[in-house]
Amino acid sequence: MTKDSNSMKLNYDVDSNDFTRAGEASSNIKKILKQLGVASKVIRKVSIATYEAEMNIAIHSYGGKINVEITPKEVQIVVKDNGPGIKDVNLAMKEGYSTATERIRELGFGAGMGLPNIKKCADVFELKSEEGKGTKVFIKIFLN
Amino acid sequence: MKLKEIKEILNAEVLTGGEYLDREVHSAFGSDLMSDVLAFVDDGTILLTGLTNPQVIRTAEMIDLFAIIFVRGKKPGEDILKLARNNKCTILKTDHILFTASGLLYKSGLRGVKIEGAKIND
Repeated sequence: MTKDSNSMKLNYDVDSNDFTRAGEASSNIKKILKQLGVASKVIRKVSIATYEAEMNIAIHSYGGKINVEITPKEVQIVVKDNGPGIKDVNLAMKEGYSTATERIRELGFGAGMGLPNIKKCADVFELKSEEGKGTKVFIKIFLN
Repeated sequence: MKLKEIKEILNAEVLTGGEYLDREVHSAFGSDLMSDVLAFVDDGTILLTGLTNPQVIRTAEMIDLFAIIFVRGKKPGEDILKLARNNKCTILKTDHILFTASGLLYKSGLRGVKIEGAKIND
């Protein structure tokens, strides 16, 4: 965690396939936002977005990172993974579409609501993905 | 409706968080799909689910759910209960199936979460 007078930066590594620890980063982000006294409505949006993103890294990628920057105006979240990338982004954004395996569904995920949920919570949402390389999601949630 | 009434109605066992049974519950949601829980559930809501893994507690934590009722007699592992304790979350266990547990609570006056944009809500 680094902090200067105007912003706070938080960085987390998220491992692929580690479903015991998945959610720890989001839990930590939520606790810090609470300590900072951020409005509960905003915390809820950030929590859902980061948690879905964290699960996406654990479920679909070879591992990745979540970088958060909290400023007096907004929370910026950059989620980056090491691949394999999304074949069809438009399909992936559709509610109900999922490529998750049966094992993931048994965990209660993989119902095709992850990315749509993130988008709903975000004031700014950008997704870039390249097959074979990885996926980057940029999320901005305003504090007011 | 208070959590302790829910415990009585469902003949449920308290696995952890018995000190919070005076908390007031406004509505309920039943699902094994965690993304749907994240999308639709507000605080003051309890979750009825048959899914027992750490992600259920994480999901609850993200949206400030303070109680989870495991149905069909499902008993979560100690790691899950520990996570729940850390989050001040009450865990109840009932032998009723999801349908019956929901029906019993509905009959006693508890209602489901209202979903935005839905044509029918009750």
